[in-house]
Amino acid sequence: MKRKKLTAALLALGLAGTTVACGGSDGGGDADAAATARGEITIWMSNNKEEVAWGKQMVAAWNTAHPDQKVTAQEIPTGKSSEEVIGAAITAGNAPCLIFNTSPASVSQFQKQGGLVALDSFADGKSYVESRTGKSAEQYKSTDGKYYQLPWKANPVMIFYNKLAFAKAGIDTVKPPLSTYDEFLATSRKVVAAKGAKFAIYPAPSNEFFQSWFDFYPLFAAETGGKQLVADGKSQFASEEGKKVAAFWRTLYADKLASQEKYTGDSFVDGTAAMAIVGPWAIATYKGKVEWGAVPVPTSAGKPAAETYTFSDAKNVAMYSACKNRGTAWDVLKFASSKEQDGKLLEGSGQMPLRADVAGTYPEYFAKNPDYKQFADQAARTVEVPNVPNSITIWQNFRDAYSKSVIFGQEDPGAALDGAAQKVDQLAAQS
Amino acid sequence: MSQQRVLSPRRVERAGGQPPPTRRRGLLGGVFGKHPIGSAFVTPYLVFLAAIFAYPLGFAVYMSFHDYFFTAPGAIVDRPFVGFDNYAAVLSDPAVRRAFGNVGIFLLINVPLTVGLSLVLAFALNSAIRWRTFFRVSYYVPYVAASVAVVGVWLFLFNADGLVNRVLGPLAPDPSWLVNSKLAMPTIAIYVTWKQLGFFILLYLAALQNVSKDLYEAASMDGAGRLKSFWNVTVPGVRPATTLVVLLATVTGANLFTEPYLLTGGGGPDGASASPVLIMYQRGIEQGNPDVGSAIGVLLVIGVLLLALIERRFVGREGR
Repeated sequence: MKRKKLTAALLALGLAGTTVACGGSDGGGDADAAATARGEITIWMSNNKEEVAWGKQMVAAWNTAHPDQKVTAQEIPTGKSSEEVIGAAITAGNAPCLIFNTSPASVSQFQKQGGLVALDSFADGKSYVESRTGKSAEQYKSTDGKYYQLPWKANPVMIFYNKLAFAKAGIDTVKPPLSTYDEFLATSRKVVAAKGAKFAIYPAPSNEFFQSWFDFYPLFAAETGGKQLVADGKSQFASEEGKKVAAFWRTLYADKLASQEKYTGDSFVDGTAAMAIVGPWAIATYKGKVEWGAVPVPTSAGKPAAETYTFSDAKNVAMYSACKNRGTAWDVLKFASSKEQDGKLLEGSGQMPLRADVAGTYPEYFAKNPDYKQFADQAARTVEVPNVPNSITIWQNFRDAYSKSVIFGQEDPGAALDGAAQKVDQLAAQS
Repeated sequence: MSQQRVLSPRRVERAGGQPPPTRRRGLLGGVFGKHPIGSAFVTPYLVFLAAIFAYPLGFAVYMSFHDYFFTAPGAIVDRPFVGFDNYAAVLSDPAVRRAFGNVGIFLLINVPLTVGLSLVLAFALNSAIRWRTFFRVSYYVPYVAASVAVVGVWLFLFNADGLVNRVLGPLAPDPSWLVNSKLAMPTIAIYVTWKQLGFFILLYLAALQNVSKDLYEAASMDGAGRLKSFWNVTVPGVRPATTLVVLLATVTGANLFTEPYLLTGGGGPDGASASPVLIMYQRGIEQGNPDVGSAIGVLLVIGVLLLALIERRFVGREGR
């Protein structure tokens, strides 16, 4: 009886194995024909309320002008993350033509999966990307020298502060002293001591790979004058500048000016934290709830705002290889990222189109909305996540080291960054 | 009254002098055996098992021995056989080793606590107590409630300013429960015990219906008190259910994911509450290395099978 059961189990496994062996890679499609094909396409976009509203009007405008090439838009299906859903869709072969929420950190992985279309494959692809975005476009090039994403919009990360909390602590609410690390720490201590808020600042202390984009990375970009985490296949963060940034955050955690605990909700809106480190997308959520001001992220020596870099927090548009009507998709991509549509996105969401000169392109908007002007200025000095193989593994390794040393103080931050740098160098060297 | 001799069917056939009816089993009979109708009823479930369990398991084993990553249909990639390389990578990864250690701590706390509490509570709820239905429902509600919502409540209870620390006052741990590397996993183990208790109580309640009241009366006549009756009648009487509870708690516990993902922000602090399934998700799905994720999965399956065999040997020995 036992032998029969064993035989059956082995047969089942063998069958499964055979099926798997037969189900590997199969033949390719006709990419050249698809590049010029036109017809109906589907696009996905973020579930952010403002972006959904923008997407609806953009699609309506396109469909009115092109009834024979109908575009259907939908929000990215729910999952643990957009990247996970997109990865699954690529594997299943049912990804849409365009996704207006492609994270630059995932592009190398999607590219490896064979899920993306190089925009260079269109006659005007490369020139369109570079003329629209300017020299910042270089950061979005893949290691093979091609563009697999259109840099679409950025949310340059800055320090938001609660004017009421600062006023309670007797801190200047127009030009608060937040430029150098020393000033930032002194202001933090003051606002917490005066009970302006329980914590000075509350970056998410959790261990997801992307959380370092909202604590370490903006300050690292500022401190180094615009360096990426990895450059020319080598990690950059274990430098003297990187260690200064880590030591700064360590002080905030050690002095309980930042919390080690996960917060459910928005600590800045709730008044639990006096400051937040975030991009302009959040302004809509602060409306009527917090009286805020914003300044560039601090540097050790207090660089002037005009020289301070930060993390872009960009979301881009990519074309997916499952797309049959790529000719239409390319035209829709250009239409959706045109000067007119970018202006509507800016108007509706306050997010900065990744254009060469946002402030100069939309002067009326910034005249009407002076609060957003500093974000437009900052958008000219942003740093993207490096477009390298194993991007997410690199960020997770970095986060693990940062979390252990900086947030929880179980290792010297400098030693932890040195250890992470060795692993990251190995990962970055893999093709 | 004469006593008739009962013969076995085979002996009846012989006794009747008739040879057994010989039926030629056709192709259908060859495939489906003596009971084709029964086989037909079982087949859908077998197909389900093959598609949902056997195929993915076989696929996972295949992936774990290859340099495998998910690709778009039509993408032509090389997926060479790499032998035990993925297993070597996994076993030399401190984060994976720690995750297996963490889940060991989890099981050491969760399984005995689940068995003890659910048995005692089921015994109490089986007795004629007031508000019995209310208590039964109360214990079952966390089991059916959405994890995300319940995790929110526990974050509120166990954060530094939470209700638990307020009650404890100066005795509250610092760092607090969920960011304390020594307490994070035990807190998760207690949370999971509480959340799943209703289901296991239900199993024990069903088992308690099969324990004869005569046994309690006999024990009482022999002078056994409530405690002795519980120990000498109830515990042995529900031993098959205990075996089931231990196995189910072990299997579900070894697959721990939601709690470290949501309650401790991705296995924090510093990986102290990371579970193998969480690491599997990070490596396999987030980081695009399903070959490494599969190797972790296969090791986990082997570990759980071994553990289940040991548990069955010790817990279920008198139930066989």
